[in-house]
Amino acid sequence: MMPLLSVRGLKVTIRTDEGTAQVLDDVGLDLERGRILGVVGESGCGKSTLIRAIMGILPRAGAVERGEIWFEGENLLSFSEAELARDVRSSRIGFIPQDPLLALNPVFKVGSQLLEVMRWHAPSDGTRGSERRKRHVGRLIGLLKRLQVPDPEGALERYPHQFSGGQRQRLLIAAALACSPRLLIADEPTTALDVTTQHQILLLLRELVAELAVSLLFVTHDFGVVAELCDDLCVIYAGQTVESGPVRSILDSPAHPYTRALLACHPDRATSFRGIPGSVPSPLAPPPGCRFAPRCGDVRAICSAGNPAQARAKSGAEVRCVQYSDWSADLLVRSHES
Amino acid sequence: MTAILTLRDVSVTLGGSKGFLRKAIAPVRAVRGVSVDLHEGEILSLVGESGCGKTTLGRTILGLQRESAGEILLDGKPVGDLSPEAARSARRVIQYVHQDAGAALDPWWSIGRTLEEGLLIHSMRDGAERRDRVANMMSAVGLDPSWGRRYPHEFSGGQLRRVALARILLLQPRILILDEPTSGLDMSVQATVLNILLELRERFSLTYLFISHDLSVVERLSDRVAIMYLGRIVEAAPAKALFAAPTHPYTQVLLAAAPRLSGRRASDHGSVRGDPPSPVLVSPGCAFADRCPIAEAACRSEIPALRPVAQAHDVACHRAPAEQTASQRARRRA
Repeated sequence: MMPLLSVRGLKVTIRTDEGTAQVLDDVGLDLERGRILGVVGESGCGKSTLIRAIMGILPRAGAVERGEIWFEGENLLSFSEAELARDVRSSRIGFIPQDPLLALNPVFKVGSQLLEVMRWHAPSDGTRGSERRKRHVGRLIGLLKRLQVPDPEGALERYPHQFSGGQRQRLLIAAALACSPRLLIADEPTTALDVTTQHQILLLLRELVAELAVSLLFVTHDFGVVAELCDDLCVIYAGQTVESGPVRSILDSPAHPYTRALLACHPDRATSFRGIPGSVPSPLAPPPGCRFAPRCGDVRAICSAGNPAQARAKSGAEVRCVQYSDWSADLLVRSHES
Repeated sequence: MTAILTLRDVSVTLGGSKGFLRKAIAPVRAVRGVSVDLHEGEILSLVGESGCGKTTLGRTILGLQRESAGEILLDGKPVGDLSPEAARSARRVIQYVHQDAGAALDPWWSIGRTLEEGLLIHSMRDGAERRDRVANMMSAVGLDPSWGRRYPHEFSGGQLRRVALARILLLQPRILILDEPTSGLDMSVQATVLNILLELRERFSLTYLFISHDLSVVERLSDRVAIMYLGRIVEAAPAKALFAAPTHPYTQVLLAAAPRLSGRRASDHGSVRGDPPSPVLVSPGCAFADRCPIAEAACRSEIPALRPVAQAHDVACHRAPAEQTASQRARRRA
């Protein structure tokens, strides 16, 4: 069966005062229906840009140079802004941002904000406005109950600042689910939450994915969260996908040198604390070929020649590293053709 | 092991302003009767969620906040009731490492000048000696001494933390209070920072009070751990013992809720209803009773005292088993 979401060969640049930043270079991922895919990478790796590209909200200085984003069989990159706003965002793809305080308008009651989203996307089906509103309110209250927001009817009449951080995050999840999307995209939604609150939200997301047959793309830098929540995993380094596959396969037998080095830094695995020598390259001047080559313990001359195609590691994960690809040069994809 | 710092029944109440035309703000009991010892050379972690009082406790130890009750002893001598000057001087050996290292640095000053400032304030008049000390300290934290001429904005987050550490260590403290030193850091940077902290502890004979909510880091780094809930310590034990046998119901919930690499899938185990309580709350009994899976009548009416359940392992819970003597433990094992 075709994946719900499939990103292929995505190349995104962002113009800055200091030049053009090559933020994403040949990024690919697949999200199967009903599954949770974790997109993991350190700060600056481009995961936020990836989500924005999928939703069509890149900054004005950003441009998709190459690639395709297939969602339910359609290439989102061929949609106009109007089509995306009307037919895709909120109604087919829901978004849960990191900071509820930024996403909710502080001067409007929560209920009116959530209902506005539903009203905007409601199909005109001949029923009267007031009946539609009653239906929407009913659905919203049902959602808030399911999300364990205390006193759902009263909640609609309150303002964002009257809720705790965890409750606000639930409100955002409700907003994202309001129009029954097929895909949810979450951008580090639990980073600012307490440990027990985060656990509740992760549990909730798992249950919702199963109950509502919605798929979840979950961006995070926390491998522990990935281990708890996700079915599949995609690791990104400096704008390149390095490894993707089932979570346990990658966590138990990481194939790519970067994944191995990063997991070795995690306190749960580290025998001694040691970072990865060197630093992440600036997207303004990325190294040629594999961008991890300058810091890689297994680097070879051929690594700077181009980006290897995906290969399958023993664990079942797909990895982009010459150690796993065939050595013959014609299998290497040259990353600087343009 | 000598106790370098002792807290006896320390309470801190914040706020409580009564305006004439303003609404009276209820006082908040941020810290409630905390007693703990910090032993020389150890790393003691204070762990808890929002509202538990760990940051207020850190600030109180530092002297930024005055305690409302109880005693704070440094090397056995009280530092609580001193005049501001005497308190400042007595507490100079305790330094605080902020969560946001870069924010404490003046963006208009070069790093070198910022680092020298502390020495100047403490009357090191000789410029050459100052620069020497600064250069040595920069090397000690892993920064190239020639970078002293650079400005804060030219450094990465991880490097700024090193600068902040260098600045503090130039004052020759004995105790460092580290407030969430790894939060917001990428894993590889976090590993580097933790590595430096361990090296510096060795090199400068430091003692750390480590405030954090990251249980993975706490487990690897700490000698002892104290879990705080709504202003009180509910469990305190050596790190190994706490993670192997968490006794207080809240500790069990907290440990089960923390996301670990071992990939225990998010399941109901470890789930607790509601949010961490606000310190405005005043409860007659145990503050965790409302959310506790094994709460009884006594829990709601009487505050449990922190008492030993095993060697060096204290728990504040009415339902916790009493401490067993060595022979009782041997008999149980047989």
